[in-house]
Amino acid sequence: MSFPWAAQYTPTNPFMKWMDDRLPLPRLVFNSVGAGYPVPRNLNYFWNFGVLSGLALVIQIVTGIILAMHYAANSEIAFASVEHIMRDVNSGWLMRYLHANGASFFFIVVYIHIFRGLYYGSYKAPREMVWLLGLVIFLLMMATGFMGYVLPWGQMSFWGAQVITGLFAAIPVVGETIQQWLLGGFAPDNAALNRFFSLHYLLPFVIAGVIILHIWALHLPGSSNPTGIDVKGPQDTIPFHPYYTAKDGFGAGVFLILLAIMVFFAPNYLGHADNYIEANPLSTPAHIVPEWYFWPFYAILRAFTVDILFMPAKLLGVLAMFASILLLFFLPWLDKSPVRSGKFRPQFKIWFWVLIADVAVLGYCGGAPAEEPYVMISQLASMYYFAHFLIILPLISRTERPLPMPNSITEAVLGKDHDAAQPATAE
Amino acid sequence: MVRIIGFLVGLGFVGVLGYSLIIGAIAYMTEEEPGPTAYDYHHHAREISFASDGPLGRFDRQQLQRGFQVYREVCAACHSLEYVAFRNLTDLGFTEAEVDAIADQWPIQVPTVNEDTGEDTTRNAIASDHFPHVYANEVAGRAANNNAYPPDLSLMTKAREEGAAYVYSLLAGYEDPPADLPEEFQPGTGLYFNPYFANLNLAMPPPLSDGQVSYADGTEATVENMAEDVTAFLIWTAEPKMEDRKNLGLIVLIFLIFATTLAFLAYKNVWRDQKH
Repeated sequence: MSFPWAAQYTPTNPFMKWMDDRLPLPRLVFNSVGAGYPVPRNLNYFWNFGVLSGLALVIQIVTGIILAMHYAANSEIAFASVEHIMRDVNSGWLMRYLHANGASFFFIVVYIHIFRGLYYGSYKAPREMVWLLGLVIFLLMMATGFMGYVLPWGQMSFWGAQVITGLFAAIPVVGETIQQWLLGGFAPDNAALNRFFSLHYLLPFVIAGVIILHIWALHLPGSSNPTGIDVKGPQDTIPFHPYYTAKDGFGAGVFLILLAIMVFFAPNYLGHADNYIEANPLSTPAHIVPEWYFWPFYAILRAFTVDILFMPAKLLGVLAMFASILLLFFLPWLDKSPVRSGKFRPQFKIWFWVLIADVAVLGYCGGAPAEEPYVMISQLASMYYFAHFLIILPLISRTERPLPMPNSITEAVLGKDHDAAQPATAE
Repeated sequence: MVRIIGFLVGLGFVGVLGYSLIIGAIAYMTEEEPGPTAYDYHHHAREISFASDGPLGRFDRQQLQRGFQVYREVCAACHSLEYVAFRNLTDLGFTEAEVDAIADQWPIQVPTVNEDTGEDTTRNAIASDHFPHVYANEVAGRAANNNAYPPDLSLMTKAREEGAAYVYSLLAGYEDPPADLPEEFQPGTGLYFNPYFANLNLAMPPPLSDGQVSYADGTEATVENMAEDVTAFLIWTAEPKMEDRKNLGLIVLIFLIFATTLAFLAYKNVWRDQKH
């Protein structure tokens, strides 16, 4: 794989030579994230977010394994065991706050990573498989995040589990049976908590596996770049190490600073007060809301308020919520524009920023109580969300006239005249 | 093919949403102006600051001890503190001997088993015990309190919107119902009007009155002072590791800013000869 001019791994140390003949693991690392992986030279800071997502997963797995040593997945004592971690376990508060805020940061960097892919057309040929595997990772993350939020067994844990598994009850005929099968009972209880804990521990490792496939699929065509133009020769690329490892090191530092600010100085800002009340099946909170990273989808779910023919509003909402993610799987075939980068697509660029604003509005409405005017705003914003991907993008990919593009990445970086006296401005 | 199906699905969702929007908008415009709701008489929490606020905020131990005194002499009659242990009180500046005495003299005993007969019995609390439950169970708590179970206070300042400011406002905010309060929001039997409580009326009688405790350090025991002190104490019970967290946070941030600066310089150094 990769480009013919990629550096070859040539071990000089006798042990590494011996190793390379028997288990070429160092060679794999060298070719994947080392000097043997040529990368376009013009990547901007948005290309840091893949590595940052990986870093976030590592933080979650490490803190999560430590938390699991002290947590008790039993509905009688789960809430108390979390308080035991917060009060009596050495640095337990640090592990828990890192894990809770780390989940939010994982979603933040993944959302930026996804929107970067949307803007620069990273989902287009020949990288469709990278995009599809990324969406699988996103779905696994959502399942993991949801089940993790249930584990502290607070009020929002319990009622969130009730509402989310209740979505399956909207399926005609078999819905309630499916919900009971998922929960192992008629309502969230010890059986549900235990299986959620088991799956919450399992899925991150499944995510890690799919990430390997995601990177494997990426390394066949190589990374895309902000111009969206294919790599034409060695002058367009530089080795991943040391160039992008150095840049990712800086990005990781900024990421950790922001995470530390939240963990140490506002650890409960992204949480919900009700989750510090132990789960109580007899007392329903005034507003049941999921974690902030589900709010846009929650707004779509609640935007459907009217029964249509034999379809109850709840079923329509559930279908729309799942469709809002599933349609992304078809994106490479919905957007047929041959130009990848939004930089050279004047119409696409406008609609892209409308989409960003739209998702932000959906997020705000999803966190707000289900009353007017939020419901009407969610309905408008949901209409745009579906129209954007299913109607607008296919249409503009036919009608749009792209801007003139540079002939190569090098030309885009150095300018047409290749004037060495004029230092290229760093972007 | 994908695009045709997508187009139809898109039109379908947009159509259903548009239809829902129109129906919702008509209902919104034609529906009568709703009468006053409890929310119209509800107040947001008062502004109040504590020594523990902000990244550099630390607990005022003198205040925590006064707050603990209010808890012990007033709140503890009904409210438990189940996630806090007596040994934790050393964080408030009490010596171990003082903590032992507090535990030993705590009015509620701790359940145990008679070592000779195996029968259930009780003993005095010791420092390693958590604060004992006030009631044997929730039913007993409800029976003793007009069917309103006094909640545990360990996490109270983290378990309510507006946090500590809410707790303070509720404790110091009892007042007579306003003259224009509609009949349906008037406090019923055994309920007390408090505009900071979401339902306006709560079952807890005003717990504090001026001079209810006598502070050893000469602080005047006004309702506001006692409410503030006990709220400060409850900030500590909810987040006993707050000082460790903020201290470590400053060190971690200084390290990370230093390391990130180095990483940035390394990045610029590695790239110095590359156009990009």
